[in-house]
Amino acid sequence: MDNAFGQPQTVIVLGGSSDIARELTKKLCAARAHTVVLAGRNQSLLDEAASEAKDYGATTTDTVLFDAQDPSNAARVVTEAFEKVGEHVDLVVIAVGLLGDQFEQEDDAEAAARVATINFTWPVAALAELRRRLVAQGSGRILVMSSVASIRIRRNAYLYGGAKAGLDRLCDGLADSLSGTGVTLQLVRPGVVRTKMTAGLPDIPFTTNADDLARTIVKGLASGDRVIWSPPILRYAFAVLRHLPKPVWRKVVDR
Amino acid sequence: MSEHLSGWGRTTTSIAQVQRPSDETAVEELLAQEPNIIARGLGRSYGDAAQVSGGVVLDNRGFDTIGPIGADGIVTLGGGVSIDQLLAVSVPLGWFVPVTPGTRQVSIGGAVAADVHGKNHHLDGSIGAHVLAMRLVTPTGIHSLSPTNDGELFWATLGAMGLTGFVTSVTLQLLRIETDQVLVDTDRFGDLDAVMAAMIERDEEFRYSVAWVDCMTRGSHMGRAILTRGVHATRADVNDATLRPPRSSKLAVPFVAPSGLLNSLSVKAFNEAWFRTSPRHQEREAHSLSSFFHPLDGLREWNRLYGKRGFVQYQFCVPHDAAETITNAIEYLSTSRVPSFLAVLKRFGPASPGPLSFPQPGWTLALDLPVGPSILPEVLDALDEMVLSAHGRVYFAKDARLGPDKVNAMYPRTKEFLDLKQRIDPDHRLTSDLARRLQLSGK
Ligand SMILES: Cc1cc2nc3c(=O)[nH]c(=O)nc-3n(C[C@H](O)[C@H](O)[C@H](O)COP(=O)(O)OP(=O)(O)OC[C@H]3O[C@@H](n4cnc5c(N)ncnc54)[C@H](O)[C@@H]3O)c2cc1C
Repeated sequence: MDNAFGQPQTVIVLGGSSDIARELTKKLCAARAHTVVLAGRNQSLLDEAASEAKDYGATTTDTVLFDAQDPSNAARVVTEAFEKVGEHVDLVVIAVGLLGDQFEQEDDAEAAARVATINFTWPVAALAELRRRLVAQGSGRILVMSSVASIRIRRNAYLYGGAKAGLDRLCDGLADSLSGTGVTLQLVRPGVVRTKMTAGLPDIPFTTNADDLARTIVKGLASGDRVIWSPPILRYAFAVLRHLPKPVWRKVVDR
Repeated sequence: MSEHLSGWGRTTTSIAQVQRPSDETAVEELLAQEPNIIARGLGRSYGDAAQVSGGVVLDNRGFDTIGPIGADGIVTLGGGVSIDQLLAVSVPLGWFVPVTPGTRQVSIGGAVAADVHGKNHHLDGSIGAHVLAMRLVTPTGIHSLSPTNDGELFWATLGAMGLTGFVTSVTLQLLRIETDQVLVDTDRFGDLDAVMAAMIERDEEFRYSVAWVDCMTRGSHMGRAILTRGVHATRADVNDATLRPPRSSKLAVPFVAPSGLLNSLSVKAFNEAWFRTSPRHQEREAHSLSSFFHPLDGLREWNRLYGKRGFVQYQFCVPHDAAETITNAIEYLSTSRVPSFLAVLKRFGPASPGPLSFPQPGWTLALDLPVGPSILPEVLDALDEMVLSAHGRVYFAKDARLGPDKVNAMYPRTKEFLDLKQRIDPDHRLTSDLARRLQLSGK
């Protein structure tokens, strides 16, 4: 069970081998998380992440292998993860995502659909099963990794940004629908984070690393903020940026 | 009916089906049926002990009968009778509860489940020492228990936080009183060592003794304290002796205050005012039962003052030979600057035989801490380590944040408890959010 400080003890991470997920898992385990189930598409990375979780204090870890290109497996993946936890699930993190190279994707129907499926359709399918199970539990939390890329979409990442925008807006409504159920959903909107996924991209202002982001998320879990911005100042930056006239916006992001 | 439940600290909320059975058969059926079930009294435990997310919560208030009080002061009560309701009947007849927590608004079932202690623990022990018998419904049947009749289950229930079953009735030995007054000595001390020395020296002369300690002042006045000690007044002690029961309060906090209202500054100011207005030394001042035992009951729902985020209470005890842990803890708290109201310091007498009963001979300190400061979780984790290394423990009735890895060391008889639980609850139906958090359901 979550304690009074919002520190979860049992955690499922969908997309559990990403750099951000691993950093977050480490911090949760260093606090109270003792049971962690990590789901992802690369078994050896998952095993690495699981053993890292143990180094940071987890006593029980397990993994579920899946590919987010196929939304029809989402319910099974969630079910398996719940069974592997074997008790009340305190927190489910959805950190599934694919950025890729816009220029390789934008004229390729299959590649474009893949970006939409992995960043939007699979998480949506998983959320449906999660919602059902957590509401039956009478408590529990969902943390969804969105992105500031979803708030104002850039032309050189519109596939990723657009899919994340869909997820971000959908989760806003889903969070409302959970009111009164004992279950809550929090969105994380990070700026650019230096990770494997973003290697090669130039550092734009407010770029953070996975460690800072994870720290901000842990704080957000404690305070229960519905949207967790990272770095926190982006909340205010985007209040302005989202209303910039188009030509100015392009100038800002296409430097 | 589906309800949102939380403890007195208003921190972790969860949803459960609440049922209010009023006969043992109904309780027995529910316990045999429901996969996740726990009792609840008046919700005065601070954390998550009286709730079970997604399960069934048995409100004990259906068991509300107060039996006749015998000439020997023995009474049998329904598990849902509150101490307030009992005193309303018993005080006019010259009987007081043998042990009362700092509020009258607890049920006798909840008091037994926590094996509560009062200001008289140094002499009289916890409530278990005054329970002559009880009836307990478990998933495997109804038990009539006493220290000599299945004493193992009897004692295990005292402190079990509802995890052995549902207490439907309790037979209690009351305490004879001649008046509704308490004669109170008050002393103010400039530092912690002085108050602890005074308590060791003369606590035995008073049935009731407790000190309020300031945990926010640093330097030479660290741990300054006010000690209050009292005895029940006899008829000879007061002019017009009366036996009026405590009156319930009309004052309530009408809404939830903004979080952050109680911060280091406001708490410091409050602590300062408290000290300024207390006498340096005063003897045998007559107080009413409620102002001496239940001062906080004067303001109903005062927990709302802590705002939306709520607050936690940290209460621990350590053996006599580890008294310096009290000093170290207060020093650590005052240097870490987390706001904390006057802490309550007390000496404990003999332990009860219950494997999960909290009090053990030595010292106990209880602190109220608003949730908010981001260092608070780590500060309390560090206190856990201090307490553990002194062979002490924290009190489950107040806890909302301990991790399961500390439980076995703090309560070395946990395994014995879980073995017994397995016998009366083989399907692990009895569970709560606290039991899940601390891995006490046996699953
Ligand atoms: C202001 C204040 C001061 C306090 N001072 C003290 C003090 O000085 N000393 C002290 O020891 N405690 C103190 N407490 C704590 C309080 O006495 C205990 O938490 C007590 O258990 C609360 O009783 P309740 O009826 O509110 O029970 P709840 O909080 O509703 O439940 C507490 C536990 O009792 C179990 N329970 C309830 N009814 C039954 C039943 N019929 N059968 C089996 N289990 C049951 C529940 O499952 C739960 O685990 C204080 C609390 C407050 C708010």
